[in-house]
Amino acid sequence: MPRLKSPGEVTKFRQEILSKRDTNTPCISVCVGTGCLASGASEVLAAFKTGIEKQGLTAEVDTKGTGCPGFCERGPVVVIYPEEICYLQVKPGDVPEIITRTIKEKKVVDRLLYVDPNTGEKVTHESEIPFYKHQKRNVIGNNIKIDSQSIDDYLAVGGYSALVKALTQMTDEQVLAEVKKSNLRGRGGGGFPAGRKWEGSRNAPEKIKYVLVNADEGDPGAFMDRALLEGNPHSVLEGLIIGAYAVGAHQGYVYVRQEYPLAVKNINLAIRQAEEYGFLGENILGTGFDFTVKVHKGAGAFVCGESTALMTALEGRVGEPRPKYIRSNIRGLWNRPTVLNNVETWANVPLIINNGADWFTRLGTEGSKGTKIFSLVGKITNTGLVEVPMGITLKDIIYKIGGGIPGGKKFKAVQTGGPSGGCIPGELLDLPVDFDELDKAGSMMGSGGMIVMDEDTCMVDVARYFIHFLTDESCGKCLPCREGLRQMDRILTHITEGKGKEGDIELLEELSETAIEASLCALGKTAPNPFLSTIRYFRDEYDAHIKDKRCPALSCKALISYYIDPGKCRACMICLKKCPVEAIDGGKKKIHIINQEKCTRCGTCIEVCPTRFNAVKKISGEPVPSPIPEQERFIEKKVKKNE
Amino acid sequence: MSKIHMHIDGQEVTAGEGMTVLEAAQSAGIFIPTLCHHEKLEPFGGCRICIVEVESRGTTRLVVSCVYPAEENLVVRTRTEKVNKIRKTLLELLLAHAPDSPQLREMALEYGANKDRFEKEASFCIHCGLCVRYCAEVKKKNAVGFVDRGIRKEISFIPELASKECSNCKECFPLCPTSYLQAAFVLTESLAFPGASS
Amino acid sequence: MDSDRIEQIIDRHQGEPGSLIQILLDIQGENHWLPREALERVGERLQVPISRIQHIATFYKAFSLVPKGRHEVHICMGTACHVRGARRILDTAQDLTGIKPGETDLEMKFSLETVNCLGCCALGPVMEIDGKTHGKLSPAGTLDVLKSYE
Repeated sequence: MPRLKSPGEVTKFRQEILSKRDTNTPCISVCVGTGCLASGASEVLAAFKTGIEKQGLTAEVDTKGTGCPGFCERGPVVVIYPEEICYLQVKPGDVPEIITRTIKEKKVVDRLLYVDPNTGEKVTHESEIPFYKHQKRNVIGNNIKIDSQSIDDYLAVGGYSALVKALTQMTDEQVLAEVKKSNLRGRGGGGFPAGRKWEGSRNAPEKIKYVLVNADEGDPGAFMDRALLEGNPHSVLEGLIIGAYAVGAHQGYVYVRQEYPLAVKNINLAIRQAEEYGFLGENILGTGFDFTVKVHKGAGAFVCGESTALMTALEGRVGEPRPKYIRSNIRGLWNRPTVLNNVETWANVPLIINNGADWFTRLGTEGSKGTKIFSLVGKITNTGLVEVPMGITLKDIIYKIGGGIPGGKKFKAVQTGGPSGGCIPGELLDLPVDFDELDKAGSMMGSGGMIVMDEDTCMVDVARYFIHFLTDESCGKCLPCREGLRQMDRILTHITEGKGKEGDIELLEELSETAIEASLCALGKTAPNPFLSTIRYFRDEYDAHIKDKRCPALSCKALISYYIDPGKCRACMICLKKCPVEAIDGGKKKIHIINQEKCTRCGTCIEVCPTRFNAVKKISGEPVPSPIPEQERFIEKKVKKNE
Repeated sequence: MSKIHMHIDGQEVTAGEGMTVLEAAQSAGIFIPTLCHHEKLEPFGGCRICIVEVESRGTTRLVVSCVYPAEENLVVRTRTEKVNKIRKTLLELLLAHAPDSPQLREMALEYGANKDRFEKEASFCIHCGLCVRYCAEVKKKNAVGFVDRGIRKEISFIPELASKECSNCKECFPLCPTSYLQAAFVLTESLAFPGASS
Repeated sequence: MDSDRIEQIIDRHQGEPGSLIQILLDIQGENHWLPREALERVGERLQVPISRIQHIATFYKAFSLVPKGRHEVHICMGTACHVRGARRILDTAQDLTGIKPGETDLEMKFSLETVNCLGCCALGPVMEIDGKTHGKLSPAGTLDVLKSYE
């Protein structure tokens, strides 16, 4: 493949690719993102490839492994083009039927379609499925259409046209101006205006500058960047090259966490392909602009998602953040001007250049323009990645797109912003998703993790979980974070174990204030947020734990007991046999009783008790009822009516 | 070299270019407490005790004076209610580790810190990093370093290096505010030095 | 791991400032742990003091300074899995294997680790063993999966 040396050559090459493709050609797109792979997608893809080959259809039907389309709850996901028929939870055994009925006979396999839980109706087309209907998939939409390892596929959907436009039809100042005008704010958590960050680096006197992609995505529960980097790595690369041009940087790095091996593989491959085609390297497309990119893997440290710690890690040191008194866009990596932006931020840049800042600002709110990808996870029916315009309400995301809470449970809170964010209660569900609105509510946008919690989630335990997470992930350099979190973790753990006491809340608040005011970096400064937001909206749960030694959500092990209701137990012996510590006494037709001394509160009994009996209960804050007398434990045989 | 004019605690202070607020204050004889600071070492910014209130361009905020650069027209207040409160809490967190440290006790008296506020911790290292940094920056031997992170972070002697270098040096010993360093050394010497009791 | 392989890995990154962590990741990836000799050799070639390398090898959780068991069990403790009951899965795994996260059992059969988010949140709670993901786990299901490994 000879390097493309001018915009004209790019256009010609793209036309060549398109001329060889017919939009009416059937294409079987199988998602091979990490989530679907874990559900067996590679076997499904292999089954399609062999199946198509066996039928002699390889020349007429395309089969490709594609990027993540976001409907992760129902993976493996298969979309058949051009009709856009969407099949869910496809297994290798379904493949022959799909090939016969859908590819050959042009008919639909009903049982693999999405079923609307409210109407029972089946939905054939991807865009009509409620999960997708309310989304605006500007950034992630191409994932399902391209083979993530094919640069030609990316070119076929218009890829690298923004780069050509930026390098050949715009000056670097014009590119910067367009990004500034779009008011694109960082999608990694900080929400800082990208254009302003770029401008600071551009104007810095030091000649050598860097642009970095932050693909560390440490927030647990967030996997948007993984899907983008795995599924459409060129979109991120293209944005990075455009940014480098605007800033005047000639060297870039992609910092990917090593826990994402497929993303590492695909971005490395994309870089090699881009070099081969001439989009990277020296004298890109004959414009005289040089730019190269290297990939650095993270080594398992959440703190390295913080921009200054990431730069320290790139320098081969431990990820200890630096004070932000000197901004890193002026003195960052190797003390040089460095622009660091999140994966999703970079992926937005080609869209802004191609469609213009005005197009971008048409979506969103006054302060938050464009779309945002969220990972909607936790106690939600439709778990997955959703891309929505800023300004949509949390209620619409959770109910219209997410399908509400499964199992008939009640919504309790939605947590956004990862360990730096907070929990938003039901009363505030009409809140529009917007950087500043979420801040005001005591949370933050963060990188996009959106964890839905229901009535079974203990909010004190949520606070403890996040603080505990940070005691391990803190770099440990500064006192307010390291020691403050150590003590907060201890106090919160005591509370969940029934050892909370008067004054604990005030002490936690004092430690929170110290961490916010005196910590070295944003990890420490925002660490108290989960605690502060749960105290703000769920104080009653804290009071119950401390004063009544009761967990209202029936979750904290030390404060709950499992109890078999003798009125409901049918002595089927299932729980008795499954109990890992043999704590259940009873027999066939003899009502079971849990020995509270032996019980480890593992939850197996309540899980295995048949739903028609529903005999196992959790209780908290009250003593376990005394066991019924021995003679009442024997279940009599039911007398038949006509006996 | 241009001079920077500031106000610290109501006093006019002229700082040299490139000075930190702490250096500027010290040059004018104004005291700001420190724990992890040492004139021979790069500023660390770990203990946060030297935190002060600064006002510039209409905003007031708290900054750590050992790393914050001196600024023209900066107004600095080294003792405010908030600063005192934070220093008190920081000291109480440290006293949970090293209640007998003379340096900490002196500061505790000044700020009314209660050494029993928090449950006692097993390790009396306060992570000032003076030992590690001194050995790296001044002696350039790197015989002692940090390991791990977060609440599991500790100092650790490299037995092969320490057995060669430390007996003729020990310059870091007087720097340790809690004597944890000496204890760690003795432990390493008896258990891990090459040829130690096995 | 033989010393030639270590030299090759170091050579592959030669000249790159800041390549230390990438070199250690490559050694860890092939050898599944970082022997002391490997750390010393890297320190010599890159002119980095052993105390700094030791800090890096203990700071970053991708590295292990001790040999691992035959099966590496990673239990996701990310928020989404946590909310779906990951703690109970971890307790079950601890009870069965007799070890805690960071440890390897005496027979060198299992090494247990917690991870913060594998990115398979739709399948939560999730446990990954030798790179294979097991999702939608329950305490009973966890026992079944672990017992199936030799």
